[in-house]
Amino acid sequence: MAHLYGSAPLPPPSQRIPLLRWCRENLFSAWYNAALTLGALFIVCSGLYGLLTWALGARWEVIPVNLKTMLVGTYPADQLWRVWSTLYMVALLCGFSSGLHRGLIRQVAGALALASLALALLPFDWGTRAWIAGIALAAGAGFGLGKATPVRWGVRLEWVGWPLSFPLTLIVLNGGALSLPVVAGSDKWGFVLNLLGAAVGIVLSLPIGVLLALGRRSHLPVMRWVCTAYIELIRGVPLITLLFMASIMLQLLLPDSFRPDLVLRATMTITAFSAAYMAENVRGGLQAVSKGQYEAAYVVGLNGLLTTAFIVLPQALRAVIPAIVGQFISLFKDTTLFGFIAVLEVLKAARSVYEGNLQWRGTIFEVYVFIALLFWVFCYSMSYVSRRIEKNLGVGER
Amino acid sequence: MAGCTPLPLREGVVLQQEAAPAHAIPFWRDIRFLRAASQVVFLAAVLASLGWLFNNLQTNLRANGLTISFTFLNNTAGFPISEGIAFDPQDTNGYAFWVGVINTIRVVLVGIALATLVGTIVGIARLSSNWLVRTLALAYVETVRNLPLLVQLFFWYFAVMLTALPLVQSSIELPGSIFLNRRGLYIPWPLATESAALWGQFLLAGLALAIVVYVGRRAHLKRADRPGFPLVPALLALTAMAVIGWLVAPGAPFQLDYPALQGRNFVGGLWLSASFVALLLGLVLYTAAFIAEIVRAGIQAVSKGQTEAAKAMGLRPGQVLRLVVLPQALRVIIPPLASQYLNLTKNSSLAILIGYYDLVNVGQTIFNQTGRAVEMILMIMVTYLVLSLLTSALMNYYNRRIRLVER
Repeated sequence: MAHLYGSAPLPPPSQRIPLLRWCRENLFSAWYNAALTLGALFIVCSGLYGLLTWALGARWEVIPVNLKTMLVGTYPADQLWRVWSTLYMVALLCGFSSGLHRGLIRQVAGALALASLALALLPFDWGTRAWIAGIALAAGAGFGLGKATPVRWGVRLEWVGWPLSFPLTLIVLNGGALSLPVVAGSDKWGFVLNLLGAAVGIVLSLPIGVLLALGRRSHLPVMRWVCTAYIELIRGVPLITLLFMASIMLQLLLPDSFRPDLVLRATMTITAFSAAYMAENVRGGLQAVSKGQYEAAYVVGLNGLLTTAFIVLPQALRAVIPAIVGQFISLFKDTTLFGFIAVLEVLKAARSVYEGNLQWRGTIFEVYVFIALLFWVFCYSMSYVSRRIEKNLGVGER
Repeated sequence: MAGCTPLPLREGVVLQQEAAPAHAIPFWRDIRFLRAASQVVFLAAVLASLGWLFNNLQTNLRANGLTISFTFLNNTAGFPISEGIAFDPQDTNGYAFWVGVINTIRVVLVGIALATLVGTIVGIARLSSNWLVRTLALAYVETVRNLPLLVQLFFWYFAVMLTALPLVQSSIELPGSIFLNRRGLYIPWPLATESAALWGQFLLAGLALAIVVYVGRRAHLKRADRPGFPLVPALLALTAMAVIGWLVAPGAPFQLDYPALQGRNFVGGLWLSASFVALLLGLVLYTAAFIAEIVRAGIQAVSKGQTEAAKAMGLRPGQVLRLVVLPQALRVIIPPLASQYLNLTKNSSLAILIGYYDLVNVGQTIFNQTGRAVEMILMIMVTYLVLSLLTSALMNYYNRRIRLVER
């Protein structure tokens, strides 16, 4: 009401409370809370003390020495520039998009640049440091380019660049085209395989999942039955049995002339597996779209296909972003199972470090802490980005 | 293509088209024809690809001189299983598979119970008014949920169980005669004595009595047109019979058997192998983090007004929780909880990677011995499907009960 009378509203009372009062309210509000606080404090302190004493005495040199083995496995050292260049491409694209738009993508690009600069400070040799710092440079260059490009052209370039980056990554890493030699042993690439498998799985399982969800809600009984049967069958069995099937039964199901290699089999399996879960997430979103939306679309004269593509799906997918990202995260985590069918992903590579190398016997804790950190950073940033997207779109606020 | 999208209004459109003169619509634009044709084409495509796969299977099997048959299940297994119910290498493959199934069920049941307990505690801790407790719970959830289960299992098995723990001779002794070392966990376990059979009969009688009490009481309630399921009197009847049996029997029906170090190994008690302990620990901690979030969301879903209104009506705090908050919270909690239980069941298959003899592990061993790929995969998948369907059927039944109470 204040503006009606022309006077500025009073500032809210100060929310700052003294530290002691905060402690009393949040830690010692009752006798049992005090006991809980002391108990928790004891756990935290003893845990931190143990962790710190261990971390200070740990043989951390095992990580930089074996970093190549864990991240890219047997990828030939003279071809490593191909891995770096794909990283640069992604960094460049991220920087470019962040130069064009504001908001989340800017944070992502910034975090990427900062993370690479921080990594470059770690004790690697100078060549590796230069390569790592180059990521920040590529992101910065992309940012400058994005700022300089007119938005209209920039957006068109984005639409070409991002989809193109995907097959380009596969070709550059694997070779066989663009006069790049084929890199042998594509089932022994360490963490790169986890990332590649997850990326292919994510890109493919979403559209397949959408189709399955639409099929399951279809009015045509045959499609509904087939899609429901597929979804329920896949969701009823563990991934490892499907991988087991892919490793020992696939050669019985396919003709002799067609023998996909292990990585392809693993990726196909994880895509087929994830699509069934994705379908259920999307179905939840489809159910959240009110009937009025369909009716309004028909009244405007859209046919079934157009209604689904432009009216229903955008709303349905927006409603289930957290669930979809959650599925992406679990797909990424599931790529660790690739090791089960003799693909050298990061966990298998890690085991080869502390088991296969006499020099590094007893560094098992260091290795697993590093692997855990690696996964945690990726998964946590994905869930952070999902929460931000959700907030930006205002899901659940309208 | 238009046929496979949800078309709530198409019925109306069809009616209009039928009202129009027949020659106005060519058949390839008739929605009825399009529907039928698209389904026929789709079905044909699905059947053709399935048939192609089956044909390949037949050809490949014939080329290898194999046929699908399950007679190998009656052959001697020839490999030992050190875990679970007694198994001898002379037993059959079929019995070996059964041992694997029991091992899976064992880890799943214990895992579900512990994960629910830990998850509920952490979920409530997430809502604590105590900042430190709240933050600790959040840190636990965010750490565990963002790490692959397999990384955690490998950590518990290879790093903790097999590296950090002491050898058998210098085991860690926990209160209550529990011993922990690289071979696993040794705990006291009740053994049946001679009077166990007599007590078992009392237990059976108690069960029969409980059923009679339940049915009678339920019929009485129904006649009085009152809601409710008289589980408490039925359980009381069962407990009473059990206690009477315990007193009547000449000695205690069970005797605790304590593990003790004899020579190079422990004797007595129950041995839980290192891989079982690691698998259980990994599954429980991983699933509990997800359950904690479900419990937190469920409690938060009950609006504060409900509690306040219940208090205003003069209900005691316990009654508020039991009659108002829990029924509504459980309604939100049960469906996602059921899917977490299913996830735990399916995740228990990672056992094979840390050497626990679950059904996939035994199945793979049998496959390695006999070369029966198709049969073993069929058996493993069907077992998991049955387990999944059983769990979801149970949870659906419970969910319906909860809905009845909620009304």
